[in-house]
Amino acid sequence: MLAGVGGQGILFAARVLGTAALKDSYDVKISEVHGMAQRGGSVVTHARIGGKIYAPVVEKGRCDLLIAFEQLEALRWVDYLQKDGRVVMNKQRIDPMPVITGKTGYPADIPVRIGRRGGKVSVMDALDTAEKCGSPRAVNMVLLGRAARYLPINEKSWIDAVSEVTPSQFAAVNLQAFNEGYRATGAGIQRDL
Amino acid sequence: MLGNEAVAWGAYEAGVTVATAYPGTPSTEITETIAKYQEVYCEWAPNEKVALEVAAGAAIGGARALCAMKHVGLNVAADPLFTLSYTGINGGLVIVVADDPGMHSSQNEQDSRFYARAANLPMLEPSDAQECRDFLVEAFSLSEKFDCPVLVRLSTRVAHTRSVVETGERKVVPLRDYVKNIPKYVMMPGMARRRHEEVEKRTALLAAAANTFPWNRVERGAGETGVVTSGIAYQYAREVFGDVSYLKLGMVYPFPEKLAAAFAQEVKELYVVEEAEPFLEAQIKQMGQKAKGKELLPVTGELSPALLRERIFGEKPQTDQQPGEEIPVRPPVMCPGCPHRGVFYVLKKLRLTVTGDIGCYTLGALPPNEALDACVCMGASIGMLHGMEKARGREFIKKAVAVIGDSTFIHSGITGLIDIVYNKGISTVIILDNATTGMTGHQDHPGTGRTVRGMPAEKLDPAVLAKAVGVRRVKVVDPFAVAELQKTVREETQAGEPSVIIARRPCALLERAEKHVVVRVNEEKCRQCRQCLALGCPAVVEKEGRIQINEALCAGCLLCTKLCPFGAVERVER
Repeated sequence: MLAGVGGQGILFAARVLGTAALKDSYDVKISEVHGMAQRGGSVVTHARIGGKIYAPVVEKGRCDLLIAFEQLEALRWVDYLQKDGRVVMNKQRIDPMPVITGKTGYPADIPVRIGRRGGKVSVMDALDTAEKCGSPRAVNMVLLGRAARYLPINEKSWIDAVSEVTPSQFAAVNLQAFNEGYRATGAGIQRDL
Repeated sequence: MLGNEAVAWGAYEAGVTVATAYPGTPSTEITETIAKYQEVYCEWAPNEKVALEVAAGAAIGGARALCAMKHVGLNVAADPLFTLSYTGINGGLVIVVADDPGMHSSQNEQDSRFYARAANLPMLEPSDAQECRDFLVEAFSLSEKFDCPVLVRLSTRVAHTRSVVETGERKVVPLRDYVKNIPKYVMMPGMARRRHEEVEKRTALLAAAANTFPWNRVERGAGETGVVTSGIAYQYAREVFGDVSYLKLGMVYPFPEKLAAAFAQEVKELYVVEEAEPFLEAQIKQMGQKAKGKELLPVTGELSPALLRERIFGEKPQTDQQPGEEIPVRPPVMCPGCPHRGVFYVLKKLRLTVTGDIGCYTLGALPPNEALDACVCMGASIGMLHGMEKARGREFIKKAVAVIGDSTFIHSGITGLIDIVYNKGISTVIILDNATTGMTGHQDHPGTGRTVRGMPAEKLDPAVLAKAVGVRRVKVVDPFAVAELQKTVREETQAGEPSVIIARRPCALLERAEKHVVVRVNEEKCRQCRQCLALGCPAVVEKEGRIQINEALCAGCLLCTKLCPFGAVERVER
């Protein structure tokens, strides 16, 4: 599952993921969210990859990998993970309207709380990495790159998919961002529980 | 391919040459995709009724035509739909309607299958993107074979799911001859009575054909359980019931009675798994078959594999942790720099009653703006305001306005405005003219001066249109000029005659040019009065008791600088 805030490039990341999986001959279904939810709301895209896929949505308690583009959205969807499921999570924090207007607070220590559930958590500052690659909008490719290692898809298929799906003028930035995520070690990763 | 893209591709393969639509989530991408196929004439119509009439004209004129809309759009197009069932077609006519169970982006979750039954038209329902392609090809031949429009129903999860699609070559279908035929195409009582008889004969033939329709198939499995299902519910059922027998219906109306009766004979326990209303279930039960359906499954919201597991097999989700506390919700918001924000700020300040309409500005109902009183359907804001005036009188309506977007005003707001003028109302209508159809993702419309393919077109000016229908007071203001807007709203609501205020500024997302201006809070001047927070701008935040501007989000609209009573929000050049 790919979760975040409308406008963070989640649909695009999901398209790259789907394209890469197809290259490795998997059946793929990706369920997207369009329309009202995209106006800065909570957005989640379901992606299922395997031999033969029926339902395009992931069931609660059966998700293998959650790619969270924002901390609060990681917390919101974490109970979809199966027991040994993994979270790849961006350090970024985007306040929702009830927090902005002071009605409620932003939950503290989200990475620790998610870590406590016993699964595997990778937290990284994907925004910083994306900016270093030349565009804050490439944050989606950094996170996808980081998550790519945990998916049974060949590196070449990933790289081909990124080049194919990205419009040519952004291809260099996106490829670099994906690679930075894919190769991220120590420095880029805050915690790897 | 996205389900919607596969619909477009299927129509393209079937040789469609005319495609019409009005945008609406979850159907919009169908027409956006077809617009890329140069062999097809494609247009955004002002509303769904016009879209269907154009497609009908094209079909009767001998072409294969496609018309796409969301579920509530079919209400708008229902008038031509019912009578087109009588006239029949010439070239194939396929109407794609996208339902939105769960209301991801809609005001209701009506079940469009009832239209098929009410209008006596066949309806197909694909369950994935491959079937979207396949069923569109099938729908066109069905339409021509039975001389009637064919409905194709999608739901959000089919329309907006990407999956693998095998495609074929485009078939070039020559234009059929057009022959004048008054008894068939002119629906006056005498002719229509005869055509109604034809409709009944056709429905009987279709009902018989449904039993052998290749997309109504039985998938035999182990055990003695049978599941009747269609559309996305089929995928959920396959996931949860596993290796049992399925009657998978590609055509949901007319119902294949013989096929269903034979299937029911083969199994001991029969389930009907369908989203929304018990449409298939009612027809099975009408045949005297016992089946379990809506006694277990809800009619509200979307189905899901997890829901089926829980309601049918009593299995709870296997989730092993509880995050503990309430997670703050993240509702959609008006974007930073959104021109609507200025309008809602003023309306809330003046404490007006506001009838609202369908679009991004419906978000004005959410905190902290909470400036809307009603939102029902496209164009309703204006008629409802007029009705409030007639019920509660002139003094009440001097403290009320309607707000409606530019695209929505053209869709069906203009007739409401004509009503106000004609029936001596004094209401004030604010047209939020952001030069696009915003919520559905920036489609052009008659007021943008561009066609669906971005080619120049005659540009409709709502100010000229309002004057033409008899509104004498028409003002155009910049929604970010808050003081002027406030003065204008005061004056116009008090005018004692119909008035229109056009709050004009393009959608903040249309121009993604580099921002040159941002704002910053001068901490020495700020007294934490929190008035700026009332704007509901995602870029204005409070952190540890201090007001801050998130510069990454700030669009530089300067709205907050104008309303800070202490001049503490300052403009900074970048």
